[in-house]
Amino acid sequence: METKFLELKDTSKSFGKVSALDRVNFFIKGEPEIVALIGDNGAGKSTLIKIISGVHPPDSGEIHIQGEKVDHWSVAKARAVGIETVYQDRALVLQQTIARNIFMGRERTGVLGFVKGRSQLAEANRLMRTIGFTSKVFASDSVVAKLSGGERQGVAIARALYFQADLMILDEPTTALSLTESEKVFDFIRRAKESGTSCIFISHNIYHAYDVAERFVVLDRGKVVLETDRVHTTAEQLVKDMQEIARCNREGSA
Amino acid sequence: MATSEERSQHLDLAAEPRGPRWRISSFIDKNRRALSVFLVLTVLLLVFTMVSPQVFLTPLIYLAISRTLPMFIILAAAMVFVVASGEIDLSFHSIVGLAAWTFALTLEAGLSPYLGVLFAVIVGAFAGFINGLIVTRLGLSSLVSTLGMGFLIRGLINIGTQGEGTPVTFLRDTPFYNAFIGNIRGFPVHMLWALGFVVLSVLLFNYHVFGARISCVGDNLESSREMGINVALIKTLAFVYVGIASAIVAIQFTLTNQIFYPTIGEGLLMIVLAAVFVGGTPGWGGIGTIMGAALGACIVGVITSGIVAAGISHLFTDFFYGLIIILALMGHKLNEPRYRY
Repeated sequence: METKFLELKDTSKSFGKVSALDRVNFFIKGEPEIVALIGDNGAGKSTLIKIISGVHPPDSGEIHIQGEKVDHWSVAKARAVGIETVYQDRALVLQQTIARNIFMGRERTGVLGFVKGRSQLAEANRLMRTIGFTSKVFASDSVVAKLSGGERQGVAIARALYFQADLMILDEPTTALSLTESEKVFDFIRRAKESGTSCIFISHNIYHAYDVAERFVVLDRGKVVLETDRVHTTAEQLVKDMQEIARCNREGSA
Repeated sequence: MATSEERSQHLDLAAEPRGPRWRISSFIDKNRRALSVFLVLTVLLLVFTMVSPQVFLTPLIYLAISRTLPMFIILAAAMVFVVASGEIDLSFHSIVGLAAWTFALTLEAGLSPYLGVLFAVIVGAFAGFINGLIVTRLGLSSLVSTLGMGFLIRGLINIGTQGEGTPVTFLRDTPFYNAFIGNIRGFPVHMLWALGFVVLSVLLFNYHVFGARISCVGDNLESSREMGINVALIKTLAFVYVGIASAIVAIQFTLTNQIFYPTIGEGLLMIVLAAVFVGGTPGWGGIGTIMGAALGACIVGVITSGIVAAGISHLFTDFFYGLIIILALMGHKLNEPRYRY
């Protein structure tokens, strides 16, 4: 049995009276994979993600990294282990260059704190290449504000890659993006997987999720209600399943 | 479907031919704002020279301008850091007064003028530190809080000095004096200090991690926080930098006028802000140009002295200030690259 990179066992979390997660089991395999986390608003996706990235401690349950149990999980520990959350358009500084965005807060400096500009530029170029950024018009000394939404998402992904993320969490990365732009983001994610980084992809859009992910985990009201993969289901079937879940919710609360 | 190797060949971002034409257009692109200001300054000088060639083709007017230009340049260059970080400092003119007073007090106590400089710089830095503290820890708007600090500090000086100044004529022609504002073959030394300060500021702003983080913080505070930048520290350091610059300028003014008087520094506020904004540093943060601010200071300096020297009534000075400011800003706006948002 291969060691899993990450495993959440029997994890629960409540905020006051609201139970956000209820004995959830979730894992990411040892080898790079792309997992879609699907569910309606309030299903618990954000909470699950925040527990994984160390923002919230779980009320109960265990977190295992590389097969070993971890206590007192934190953002710093999550980062140290290679878990990076990528927010859409956030944590970017639009008027600055791609290179500066990638290295902000973690600049490569030499003597007396002077930035190694050329080294950063070269590394930024390499990273953007790795994720498949094909634009001939822009290079890493281009300003991020000139990039499209999908390309900006690419910069955020490239940054996560640089910091050797083993696991990238993308929160609704294709919101407000066109088809072409979304396709670009999927491409970046696939390339990231090829270079060794797993991805948890949160989305409302089943078709987007199906396009890029291999495994699907569906949350509903704090519980895992469906776990499947591309081999065992189709996008249409997933949509039907989601509708069924929603229908049960409506009838259940009627 | 292209193989990944074929794709890699297309993906080399640095593979585009980068000949001299690209280098020139890239240089222009990256220095648009400063170059525009340089153009404006050149046109301004040409106009003044055409109107009064006898004044502007002789060295005397430039010597006159250079008496106060270094002070404008130093303050404008430092101010870029604060504005680019997304804040503003309206108290620096009073910090100039405070630092000058510290210098005068040190001399009155019979201590060495070099010690006076040290104490003045410490006081200036400390005043900047207080400004930074108020803005970052108390969360007050810098516009309002530094406005208040400006009055507060000036008030302290007035109360403390009871309105009386301190002559420092005895320093004239001492090595100390010559080091700060003497002449090298007629060329004013404090202009060299200003040049040195500009070089230091350019290095810090464009090539040092401090400048990189200033730009990030001014561009998007939240993003900078998320990426682990200590935004409170960065902003405070910018205010400290302005405080130190104010102290340097305070010494220069005191020595130039050979007297410390309690209102020293008054009138600098509008001049320096005009220099910064005419120079192309926008008010919204994230972008800054030290060279632009220095050239903007030159424009302001030229207008100040040039108008009267050119035989135009001094009553036109304000009018031309306003005209330059608005035209310059319009120019920078037109110059802005088209972004997609």
